[in-house]
Amino acid sequence: MAELFAGKEWQTFLQILPTIPFETWETVWSTVVATLLALVIGLPLGVCLVTGEQGGVRPLPRWLMALLNGLVNLLRSVPFLILMIIVIPLSRAIVGTSIGTVASIVPLVIASFPFVSRLVETSMREVDAGVIEAAQSMGATPLQIITKVMVPESMPSLVANVTIAATTIMGYGAMAGIIGGGGLGKIAINYGYYRFNVVLEFFATALLVVLVQILQTVGTKLAIKCDKRIQK
Amino acid sequence: MIELQHLTKRFATQGGTVVALNDINLTIRDGDVYGIIGMSGAGKSTLVRCINMLERPDEGNVIVNGKQMQDLRAADLRAARREITMIFQQFNLLMQRTCLRNIMFPMELAKAPGDKAEARARELLELVGLPDKADAYPAQLSGGQKQRIAIARALATDPKVLLCDEATSALDPNTTHAILQLIQKINRELGITVVIITHQMSVVEEVCNRVAILDNGTVVEEGEVQAIFSHPTSKAARRLVYPAGAPQAEVLPGHKLVRVAFGGTQTTDKPLVASLAIECGALVSIMAADTRIVNGQTLGSMLLALPDDDKAAAALEYIRNYPGITFEEVNG
Repeated sequence: MAELFAGKEWQTFLQILPTIPFETWETVWSTVVATLLALVIGLPLGVCLVTGEQGGVRPLPRWLMALLNGLVNLLRSVPFLILMIIVIPLSRAIVGTSIGTVASIVPLVIASFPFVSRLVETSMREVDAGVIEAAQSMGATPLQIITKVMVPESMPSLVANVTIAATTIMGYGAMAGIIGGGGLGKIAINYGYYRFNVVLEFFATALLVVLVQILQTVGTKLAIKCDKRIQK
Repeated sequence: MIELQHLTKRFATQGGTVVALNDINLTIRDGDVYGIIGMSGAGKSTLVRCINMLERPDEGNVIVNGKQMQDLRAADLRAARREITMIFQQFNLLMQRTCLRNIMFPMELAKAPGDKAEARARELLELVGLPDKADAYPAQLSGGQKQRIAIARALATDPKVLLCDEATSALDPNTTHAILQLIQKINRELGITVVIITHQMSVVEEVCNRVAILDNGTVVEEGEVQAIFSHPTSKAARRLVYPAGAPQAEVLPGHKLVRVAFGGTQTTDKPLVASLAIECGALVSIMAADTRIVNGQTLGSMLLALPDDDKAAAALEYIRNYPGITFEEVNG
């Protein structure tokens, strides 16, 4: 133990320590931004996957549904590590560079919006068909059914599912350290994996664990708090 | 007025096509409380869903207040649906909205101004007797209270017709009674035509003035509730009027078995069995009897054993001419 604290690893750790708050912040904001962007695409897509079915609120052509489902499945089946590399040209085209935290948002969103859309889909399917029928019987338009019934009624489930998505995206974000993305993942990979600095590797990982714990706790509390079916 | 003409609806299932409704013809007049009764699977829910086109009929016409419902375009249908509202067995309230906002919901869909909608919703809460539940969520209410909120919601767009799909089937008898009283009040005070779908004869007895009996997708009997109750002729009607089976008995040796059905007011002021004894000298025994009160009138049937002697013919003639009674001879 004494050896460890006297060793080179420990010295590097002390050198790097001042940058940890910054890297933690990089992880947090990239997770938040990527989750929000994934929601912007994934929420409407997930809703369409339910409402567009035959017999749904607003049926879409079968070929279009097959296309949407196929696209979601395709993107979901590409491992994130490989997807990150494939979309490097796209990141360059959109952000101007393929290195850095901003650039890592591109593969993060592409990898997570199909996942988010499937989570949204399950949430939408939980909405009681009777309530949708009631809204139809009152003369609601398909758009009104989506915005005033399906989304608000499934809000607790949506919040819980978005929390799951956010924790997964945080994990992906750490992986993006490999292609030059910033954050705690970068510390763990660059110092731990490439330079065998076990102290930094574990420290960065421990911080990620803490972040996920906080995220999940807040998400669960929020989901319960917004659920009016639970009697208080 | 609601007119159903030659209404037919089929469903494709794995075992082939099922005819849910087969050539239904019904007329429901304005101001009626019209019961549509049948066993599960008789097609009642499909029938009521055809009235507001939640279910599209394969053949036939649905005419509500002069509008051919099946021909309406999407936007016109949505407008028409505001005049034909519906309540459900499972209430179908929005669980994430307060009661007040549930009642405001249909007005919100119709883009009514918020302050007007809220004022109207509070009025309706008053009407259904739950003014203090404005800010409560449906999960905090009992079944009866949830149905009251659903009724208030259904009244929000000033409908002409209220469709009730097994609206009391999930409620206990006392609550059922209270909800039916409320529906009757709405019918009488607001002049809203009510269509009640139910499998409970007691519901029809309590509030309906007319009834159609649905069996296997066809209307087997239709008419005034009293008439149907006092003389159920179809098998399905008998099954509903006498859930435990029509009164039956063994034929006593040397006796004729006569079933009399009575309905209306005349029967109570002149007791039939006693008058048979006094006026014809026929000493009948009551083998079985069942009476019920429908819309304040006594209805029922009795199975009488009549000694098969020289007085029998006169006694049968007497029963035949007795006001408000129908009879038939039963052979065992």
